[in-house]
Amino acid sequence: MLRLEGVTGGYGPVTVLRDIDLTVSEGEVVVVLGANGAGKTTMLRAITGEIATQGSLSFEGAALPRNPENVARAGIAHVPQGRGTFADLTTEENLRLGAVLRSDGDVRRDIDHWLEVFPRLGDRREQAAGSMSGGEQQMLAIARAMMLRPRLLLLDEPSLGLAPLITRDLFERLGALNRDEGLTVLVVEQNANLALEIGHRGYVLETGQIVASGPSHQLRDDDAIRKAYLGF
Amino acid sequence: MDLFISLVLTGIGNGAVYASVALALVLIFRTTGLLNLAQGEMALFSTYFAWKLTSLGLPIIPAIAITVVASMVAGAVIERFLIRPVDGPGKSPLNVLIVMLGLFLALNALAQLIFSTDAEPMPKPWPTVGSPGDPTGRDAIIEVLGARVSWSTIALVIALLVECLLLYVLFQKTKIGLMLRAVAANPESARLVGIRASTMLMLGWALAAGLGALAGSLVAAEQRSVNPGLMALVLVYAFAAAALGGFDSPVGAVVGGMIVAIAEALTVGYVDALSGIALAVPFALILLVLLVRPTGLFGRKVVERV
Repeated sequence: MLRLEGVTGGYGPVTVLRDIDLTVSEGEVVVVLGANGAGKTTMLRAITGEIATQGSLSFEGAALPRNPENVARAGIAHVPQGRGTFADLTTEENLRLGAVLRSDGDVRRDIDHWLEVFPRLGDRREQAAGSMSGGEQQMLAIARAMMLRPRLLLLDEPSLGLAPLITRDLFERLGALNRDEGLTVLVVEQNANLALEIGHRGYVLETGQIVASGPSHQLRDDDAIRKAYLGF
Repeated sequence: MDLFISLVLTGIGNGAVYASVALALVLIFRTTGLLNLAQGEMALFSTYFAWKLTSLGLPIIPAIAITVVASMVAGAVIERFLIRPVDGPGKSPLNVLIVMLGLFLALNALAQLIFSTDAEPMPKPWPTVGSPGDPTGRDAIIEVLGARVSWSTIALVIALLVECLLLYVLFQKTKIGLMLRAVAANPESARLVGIRASTMLMLGWALAAGLGALAGSLVAAEQRSVNPGLMALVLVYAFAAAALGGFDSPVGAVVGGMIVAIAEALTVGYVDALSGIALAVPFALILLVLLVRPTGLFGRKVVERV
């Protein structure tokens, strides 16, 4: 579904990503592990066209557009690091913005659906997103991304700044979305344990290069990876 | 008491003009984070354009309507071809500021080159009574609850109310308005959900140019003539209004415009010594607000929970 071949990219003269090969197939949850500064966020930005890239990026057989507006039109929703909610706007307005590209009549029904899936958002329909807790904002960011009815969901460190229990809840929900609705997910995470629990396959990113990849259980069983990223 | 009421009414009339221009400033500030230095001269150019249309025989109201629409197109063109090439992530905001400064000088010079270097009589789009030696006539006066109110005040206030209503409906009730607010709140996320942020910026400039054109034409009509210095002073008061209300708040712009104008009218009316230096009033107000409340009366400090 998503295929990166030999992708190199960075910010201005600074190259962050080197020669990345990565694929995501339909219905998969793919996890990218890596320490701070390994280039995880940059890789997602390369996919959404927020940074200049060399190499080939394709989605569903066609070359990916090279700007975020058109990547969204291709059906890829991105929940950026720090959640990227519209802080001044209400929960409901945030959700409506997630669906600005849609012209079908189901937007209202979808909003109600996601407020049911995340009941804490339902209680905060008219509240400004910026005044909500980190966990609520993360749920709002995911719900907003889902409003696009994306073919692929990109998640950038959804656990960042969240309490362990909330993080666990979040990953369980993501796992459920993948199982029940067939949502394809590419998630970048430092919290390797949880991510690999719901992930089918994983990649390990180190200083901008992919140094290991394989099915989740295989990565979990790899001694070096366990020590470096799983902490046990 | 009569003096007081008449001074307040004068203030309200002027306040409507300052508020309109301050609204235009706020529209651009919310999306670019910069004060459009050229706002006044954009309005001046538009006002000369409106005068030119009337001098060609068009009645004033259609002339203003055409000018507002043409100015919106011109505002969009300015954003697309002058602002956008120098703006963007990783580029210094000073670039845009310098282009605005250039626009300020160029539009004033162009207005004089193309239209006129003189004060030209601006017809009034409200009821007037003829007066000898005055081509535009004097504002008609009506009595409202015992107070003598000039038609210019009524027309300026109506124009402001219509502007506010249209902006409210646009921003709060339409999808385009929601997209405009999204770009102002978080341009990066706006692009990620598929909003073409550049198109929204263009729309912001178009709206600001339209507001300015209307305010310029009306203030020229109130002052009987359009001249190259017309908007410089108005812009200073509009800056004061926006600073007072908060640069990111449309409500603040309107309230700020009224406070600045009424304060100006009252101090100048009661304190003879100030009548020659009325400009001291907005500066004193700006200073006071910045000392006590740097974000303005209605401005918001950005607070985000992590």
